[in-house]
Amino acid sequence: MAEGDPAHSKSRASAPAAALLASAFVVSTCGLIYELLASTLASYLLGDSVTQFSTVIGTYLFAMGLGSWCSRYVTRDELRLFIRVELLIAVLGGASAAALFELFPLVEHFRVALYGLVLGIGFLVGLEIPLLIRILRGFDFRETVSNVLTFDYVGALVASLLFPLLLMPHLGMIRTGFLFGILNAGVALAVLLALPRASRFRGETVSAVIVLLALAAGFAASDRLQRWAEVASYGEPVIYAVSTKYQRIVLTRREDDLRLYLNGNLQFSSRDEYRYHEALVQPVLGRVANPRNVLILGGGDGLAAREVLRHPEVRHLTLVDLDDEMTGLFSKTAMLTALNKGALTDRRMTVINADGFRWAREAAATRAGSFDAIIVDFPDPVDYSVGKLYTETFYRAVRRLMAPTGAMVVQSTSPLVAPMAYWTVATTLEAAGLQTRGYHVYVPSFGEWGFVLAAAHPIPMAARIPAGGRFLTPAGDAALFDFPPDMARRPTPVNRFDNQVLVREFADAWSRYEG
Amino acid sequence: MKADRRTVLGLGAGAVALAGGGLAAALDHGAPLPPGALGGADLARGHRLRDGGFPPPSRFEEVDLVIAGGGIAGLSAGWRLHDAGFTRFRLLELEDAVGGNARGGRNAVSAYPLGAHYLPVPNREAKAVRHLLRQLGILVGERDGVPVYDPEQLCADLQERLFWQGRWQEGLVPHTGLTPQDRADLAAFEKTMAAYSARIGSDGKPAFAVPRAYSSGDPDLIALDALDFASWLDRQGWRSPVLSAHVRYAMRDDYGTEPHEVSAWAGVHYFAGRRGWTVDGAGDNELTWPEGNARLARGLAGFFPDRIARGHIVHQVAQDGETILVDSFDVAAGTTVRTRARATILAMPHFVAARICPEVASEKAFTYAPWLIANVTVDRLPGGRGVPLAWDNVSSTSESLGYVVATHQAPDVHPIATVLTWYLPLSNMSPPVARRLLLERPAEEWKQMVRDDLLAMHPDLDEAIRRIDLWRWGHAMIRPTPGFLGRGAAAMPKPPLFLAHSDLSGLSLFEEAQYQGVSAAEGAMALFGHSYESLL
Repeated sequence: MAEGDPAHSKSRASAPAAALLASAFVVSTCGLIYELLASTLASYLLGDSVTQFSTVIGTYLFAMGLGSWCSRYVTRDELRLFIRVELLIAVLGGASAAALFELFPLVEHFRVALYGLVLGIGFLVGLEIPLLIRILRGFDFRETVSNVLTFDYVGALVASLLFPLLLMPHLGMIRTGFLFGILNAGVALAVLLALPRASRFRGETVSAVIVLLALAAGFAASDRLQRWAEVASYGEPVIYAVSTKYQRIVLTRREDDLRLYLNGNLQFSSRDEYRYHEALVQPVLGRVANPRNVLILGGGDGLAAREVLRHPEVRHLTLVDLDDEMTGLFSKTAMLTALNKGALTDRRMTVINADGFRWAREAAATRAGSFDAIIVDFPDPVDYSVGKLYTETFYRAVRRLMAPTGAMVVQSTSPLVAPMAYWTVATTLEAAGLQTRGYHVYVPSFGEWGFVLAAAHPIPMAARIPAGGRFLTPAGDAALFDFPPDMARRPTPVNRFDNQVLVREFADAWSRYEG
Repeated sequence: MKADRRTVLGLGAGAVALAGGGLAAALDHGAPLPPGALGGADLARGHRLRDGGFPPPSRFEEVDLVIAGGGIAGLSAGWRLHDAGFTRFRLLELEDAVGGNARGGRNAVSAYPLGAHYLPVPNREAKAVRHLLRQLGILVGERDGVPVYDPEQLCADLQERLFWQGRWQEGLVPHTGLTPQDRADLAAFEKTMAAYSARIGSDGKPAFAVPRAYSSGDPDLIALDALDFASWLDRQGWRSPVLSAHVRYAMRDDYGTEPHEVSAWAGVHYFAGRRGWTVDGAGDNELTWPEGNARLARGLAGFFPDRIARGHIVHQVAQDGETILVDSFDVAAGTTVRTRARATILAMPHFVAARICPEVASEKAFTYAPWLIANVTVDRLPGGRGVPLAWDNVSSTSESLGYVVATHQAPDVHPIATVLTWYLPLSNMSPPVARRLLLERPAEEWKQMVRDDLLAMHPDLDEAIRRIDLWRWGHAMIRPTPGFLGRGAAAMPKPPLFLAHSDLSGLSLFEEAQYQGVSAAEGAMALFGHSYESLL
């Protein structure tokens, strides 16, 4: 070390220079953190982490290159520009995680927002390093470059260690973003304050204080932001989310596991939905002599319809689902039509978007006795509204739609977790004048799940189960009807409009189960 | 003038009392008020009746029987006659719509009640009510001899919830945050009422029945009528403020009257008179419809539509030898019609009957509670912490009685917009002062109170209120003040004049109005020698 070098001692003596070098360290740490945040967030929201990390890092480095190249067009006022860039990075980077989470459900092309942000931050960081070197040009060039780049790379190491070990587990993405934004803006302010009073930039100082306060507020409000950004609350990466008039539809995917949530309740997992839907559909269709005309109430995902359409004798399938956005989504999106085999756009299919209760009641007048098989696949009776679709009154309306030789099936929650609720469905169907047979199936993502068959005549013991299923066979069908003692039939009341016992039993059982 | 000064003071006190009740908290609330109409019993017609000036009769008609008044009592009289095959009658109604307090309205979102909005599952003794409900398809059958009601017309679960200590809880009696004293008094009260409810008097009649005419005449029970309900509770040693608040809610709900002005007999009757007779343990439920009891009024009128004349102000009823001359002003034609009848049923409040008919003695002890009703159209269903939205939603911190949800019975799984019917009995001042306040306070101020009251229960309704339609009832219900039990019988004129109104029972209930209507109709048929099998 050249102790006597005047430039060196000059650089050591200068507080602004020290602040500038420290800022090189912070800037690069922050830059890498933003890059890691964007990559993590992208793989969380879009899946496929290798692709996301690779493209985000590539984009970021490319943008840095662009920034460095553009630095040549800066001809004066480097320090002022440096401060401004630093503040801009603080804002963009600091709020990046929060903004991406909030934007995700709102924008059509999330990737545009994602890569736009990565490009912006990369560009600014790329601009900053050459500017810094030029600001420090009064010092020994050899040493300046060495110092700046050393701090830059050490910062990168610190960031890459901090991020997975401390920041992600303890702060989470949104808060980490704001924290590093605060560091960014703090360094800008420190540089400003270290300058001689006369050459301080007033406007930038005020801006720095405002940015700092705004980011601190964001940090403090992170929990609330996190709640707004509900995509952060699912166990798996969210790939689609929309609020319709009636419900919140969220699709998540982790590797080959595609899941549908309605209002936060799991509807299916693509890994085991075939178990649920084969068990829902095949036992009832296999017990009707000639199921030509079939009705599905609910089931807007088209998965039950897929199972129905495996029967060549089915001529007409009517599906009544409340939400047109739900049926639209499952008719048009390639990933989803691959799952339901295009059931919703099959030529035998008629999709009706209507309130199930109102439709059943009105159809009972015009289409009485016209359906050979009816599949009732509504969400669980979690509230008094959905509870109406499990009442004696509703089943009477559905019964009027059923052909004299027809049969129906009702998804009826878990006979293991909520046996009272499960058997209440059977009791209620019987109160509506039907004979019933209950059965259950194990679906890993749901647990033990129950269904009730109902018809105006004795229900056959054996069923014709079509070949080609992944789960149900004729022997397997027979086994579904056996209930061990812990799920065995017990006396229950009838679920009616004016008592809604099912909703109460269901809530009691699940709150006990979930603690 | 002395009277004026008292009125002014009364108004001031009334306003302060309302504000203290948490209603008028923010009269300077900045947001503009939603639109809405101001309705009520036709004041011009009502006051014209008081002030007179009708043209002399220019048309003359004859009929065996005139029913003057098309509220539930008058409609029930007509229904009873129709049911017994007696057709020589005519019903004259002052308003353009029948139903009286059981009228309803409708907008693009839902039908809604303008007053009475439910009928409890009838007691075993309420034979006439069941007979009607069977004909209207509301009572749909029997199981082991016990009546079965249409499940869609029984109030859907959740029936009631109470906003109490920041949360909505099921039912109307609080069950959290109670002191040992509260618990003890509530339990003792409940036990006492259950005993009264189960008691059969020495005459073999239930101690408290609906209609009340079927109640026991045991002297110790009748003695309750000498006392007011608040004093009676006090004598039992029950001092729990939670119990008093609940009792106050109940007395205002059914009688529009404060507990210290309600006869103790009527007070106990509220809690011990209901023994709904039906299957499935639904006996404590109610029958209700989006439009409230307008459903029943429409059903009643539907039996004899061509014998009803609306817009006819009956302004003079006088005995003329063996017959009665009924003068009614036909609002549409602008002429007075004189109808000569062999008998007349005055199915109207007693104070109106006494004004237009000299044979009916004026009776100062009949007083009537004024009510304000608001139908509030909202874009979204009210939420709140605790149990979900019920049919009847009551806040323990509000001077109002809360609201009922018009779409509660709708089959739709996901109703979005709805109409909330909000009720306020103006019970904490004397009825004439309250009526003056009801008329003189500008509609905008009432609307603001309604909105503030709803927002206090439901901050989530901010910006969601589309309309507030007000309805003023100057004489909404008879007040069962101490000594009321004998008043109805004392007021009865002699045949061929009959009175029919719930004020004769002293309890403003559908069952009472129907009882009085049926009773008058059967009296008239007896007079005419028309044979019938009594429904009473």
